[in-house]
Amino acid sequence: MINNAQYFSILPELVLTLVGMIIMMIEPLLGVRNDRKALGYLAFAGCLGALAATFVQLQHQGATYFFDMIRVDAFSIFFHFVVIAISALVCLSSVEYLAAQKIRSGEYFALILFGTVGMCLMSSAIELVMMFIALEISSIATYVLAAYRRRSAASAESSIKYFLLGSFATAFFLYGVALIFGATGSTNVRTIAAAIHTGGASSLTYMALALMFVGMGFKVAAAPFQIWTPDVYEGAPAPVVALMSTGPKAAAFALMLRVLFGAFPALGDWWLPLVWVSAALSMTIGNIGALVQSNVKRLLAYSSIAHAGYLMVAFTSREVVGVSAAIFYAVSYAAMNVGAFAVVSHFGSAGEKFVSVDDYAGLGRKSPVLAATLTIFLLSLIGIPLTGGFFAKFYVFNAALRANLVWLTIIGVVNSAIAAYYYLRLIVVMYMSEGDDSVPVIPVPISVAATLLIAAGTTLYLGIMPGRVLDFATRGAQDLLR
Amino acid sequence: MNERILSLVTWLPAAAAVVLMLFPRGTHRGAEQGDLHYSSDKAFRWFALIVSLAVFVISLHLPAHWDYSHTGFQFEQNFQWISSPSINYHLGVDGISMWLVLLTTLLVPVSVLISWNSIHGRVKEFFVFMLILETAMIGVFVALDLFLFYVFWEMTLIPMALLIGIYGHGRRVYAAVKFFLYTMVASVFMLAAIIWLYLHAGSFDYATIQAKLLDGSVPMGGAAPWLFLGFFIAFAVKVPLFPFHTWLPDAHVEAPTAGSVLLAGVLLKMGTYGLMRFNVGLFPEQARFHAPWIIWLAIIGIIYGALVALVQPNMKKLVAYSSVSHLGFVVLGIFSFTQAGADGAVYQMLNHGISTGALFMLLGMLYDRKHTYEIKEYGGLATPMPVFSTIFLFITLSSIGLPLMNGFVGEFLVLTGAFQAKALYGILATTGVIWSAGYMLWLYQRTFFGEYHAGSHNGHSHGGVLADITLREKFCVVPLVIMALIMGLASPYWMKAIDPASKAINESQPMQRQQAAVVK
Repeated sequence: MINNAQYFSILPELVLTLVGMIIMMIEPLLGVRNDRKALGYLAFAGCLGALAATFVQLQHQGATYFFDMIRVDAFSIFFHFVVIAISALVCLSSVEYLAAQKIRSGEYFALILFGTVGMCLMSSAIELVMMFIALEISSIATYVLAAYRRRSAASAESSIKYFLLGSFATAFFLYGVALIFGATGSTNVRTIAAAIHTGGASSLTYMALALMFVGMGFKVAAAPFQIWTPDVYEGAPAPVVALMSTGPKAAAFALMLRVLFGAFPALGDWWLPLVWVSAALSMTIGNIGALVQSNVKRLLAYSSIAHAGYLMVAFTSREVVGVSAAIFYAVSYAAMNVGAFAVVSHFGSAGEKFVSVDDYAGLGRKSPVLAATLTIFLLSLIGIPLTGGFFAKFYVFNAALRANLVWLTIIGVVNSAIAAYYYLRLIVVMYMSEGDDSVPVIPVPISVAATLLIAAGTTLYLGIMPGRVLDFATRGAQDLLR
Repeated sequence: MNERILSLVTWLPAAAAVVLMLFPRGTHRGAEQGDLHYSSDKAFRWFALIVSLAVFVISLHLPAHWDYSHTGFQFEQNFQWISSPSINYHLGVDGISMWLVLLTTLLVPVSVLISWNSIHGRVKEFFVFMLILETAMIGVFVALDLFLFYVFWEMTLIPMALLIGIYGHGRRVYAAVKFFLYTMVASVFMLAAIIWLYLHAGSFDYATIQAKLLDGSVPMGGAAPWLFLGFFIAFAVKVPLFPFHTWLPDAHVEAPTAGSVLLAGVLLKMGTYGLMRFNVGLFPEQARFHAPWIIWLAIIGIIYGALVALVQPNMKKLVAYSSVSHLGFVVLGIFSFTQAGADGAVYQMLNHGISTGALFMLLGMLYDRKHTYEIKEYGGLATPMPVFSTIFLFITLSSIGLPLMNGFVGEFLVLTGAFQAKALYGILATTGVIWSAGYMLWLYQRTFFGEYHAGSHNGHSHGGVLADITLREKFCVVPLVIMALIMGLASPYWMKAIDPASKAINESQPMQRQQAAVVK
């Protein structure tokens, strides 16, 4: 049954796994005292290989593989590009970070690659058990990564919190899967959709959907399942937060879209209010929480909750424009957030000493390059024109207005005005406060510079020429809703 | 050439800003009062000056090749920028925006020149921000695609906020954040209105939307007043119309001189320009319906601004409040819906840009000498600074609208329009002219006459005597004085282009109305 052609469908995953295993094998051969920079670049190269493999997949769109468990379409390919690119940038920005933190461990990079495998599968799986396995692969890798600053208690706390609550959430998801199997006799999203379409929905189906929504809501850090986010983001290593807040999140959104639109399109009127409330709460709680933060990592954690809210606004419209807006939002959010965290992790220096907003005082004078790039990312997070964040918000509110979700749009617009304040505060501190010399700025190494260049370039590209990415996102949305 | 001229004028400053960014900073010259000095600072200044002068010279192409027989937009450039949503890169100017572009390109070089010695430290960034700001300001006036307009509109915010926040005085950070948040929050409403129009008219193009709105092919439902207000709030904050003016005095007082000049000279005009182009041009019926209360706000602004200016102990704040009063005239002219009112409003925009721009520069020169804006610190300056005093007097007279000066033409036309609309409007607004003579002449008296007390001063002082205006400073203000005179004497030259354009905007009205008018 499984012929060689089938492996095309998981080619990027295979490349990532292979490189990850090679890293694991090289790791013990390196001396204890040696740094692991070479492994970081190897992981980066592995990601580039996986990106190339995704390009190959462009030729094989629209087919299902492995007994209808995996589907390769524009939707999955788009998310493959996004999560693999995120991992590539995170590997690149981790190289010097690990050296600065004196963490000598190659498994770090292997874990990023394995986690990426899970994220990739989350976007291409169309079978609930496969989805669950993918979710677990990605989650377990991130649990371990969160604890990587071994000398810091905060990092361990972060990991444990994330692990406990995360397993709880995946249990909810699994419970939902079990119930839906009971209700419809299948775990394949299309069969489920067909069964609900013909046979109607029982109370078991509603319960299953609700439970799965809880699990997915946790993974995307949407309110009211967001409580863990600030603590976990504060303690985990900054590059890992860059990964957590974008990669698994984008993948979890892909999963959410596959489940909601793939399996439960018929119950749209029922889950719409759930998403509506969750979106409104996420935006409001995220932004208001961020207003009072003095730690940049916590600030960005609350901001990531808010951004999950905007993204959910998009697909409440339940149309192609809405889903494509959500997909576009995922990629532009990834670019700006990975970039912002690359600055945060470089600036934090050894032991992540400098993570409070006040430490950024005078950065505009001390390091014009770091300040300017961080400004680009922050402006994009605000949603100022000519950055990706602007078009992302624009498409989202456009879709919401089209679907006559006027109140949700108003809540979103008011929220983006509130959000301007706290992002702006950071820019103000960087440029308009004097700052003293107690906070040294280490010259930007080449790997971090490359990360910043790629992230800033993508942010500006999406803000000036959003057309091609949006076209691809629209094709992905059409594939999803077909 | 005619097709690309606007792009050239718009983007040349930004391109120059990028080049400037790549300039090496030069060797470190040591710190002075915490400011870092570099050997290339001088080169940065010259580069910015030459570029902005070049932009001004190129922009002279617009009036030189203006086609007076043609009433619509000229020098248009239009191609697709983004396919979904369909956004065009559409530039063009009519008689109103053409002169506003010229005002901008004139004020930027003099602002560069006025900042020559008063900016210490981070000189390169200062001029980078100035040049980016110039691109954004010109872009606001030339954009004919609503989306593009919004992009430029927001683009002005960041460099201006940075200019205030980094190079300003005392409470600069507070002022910069207040300026940013006020404008940003208000323009979100405009964005919502723009998106609504796009969703229902299927285009961001100004002409297309205008045509569709006027022939009634866009189903408005009850949305029209909300759309009108969405645009209105964004522009009213920018103008600023009473009671949205509270950010202005703070921003002006804390801004560096060049920032104040461009803020008063150009950024406020973006608000009144927007009111004309979008509120009146797209929603003529709504504009007429809402005109009464807007006019009352304008009149309150005229009188309130003048009265508050009268009692200011800080001369920069005084001029800032006088702007609230003067911009009230502009809004009054626009919403009087008379030809004289509209012409006067546009003319008054240009006048205010020139006279208030010059006033802020003159105050900046005083600040460079004595490092204070408090009126009570000055007095009797006419003795040590005779030339400066004469120039200041010219600008004062221009600002209060003395006949033969530019201010007179604008105020006279606006008041004529106001009287035509309703005598009461005219009577109340006229008191504003009297007040303005009061506060400006009183300022002049307290500053330049009376006893000269040589206090502590530095910089340009020679043996305890304040230095008169220098050659560089003359280059800053004399062009504006000459413009004020010429615009007072030869106003028809400007009106030739302004009149048809303001007429077109004033006469835009829904189709049914037009047909009814024809039948009559």
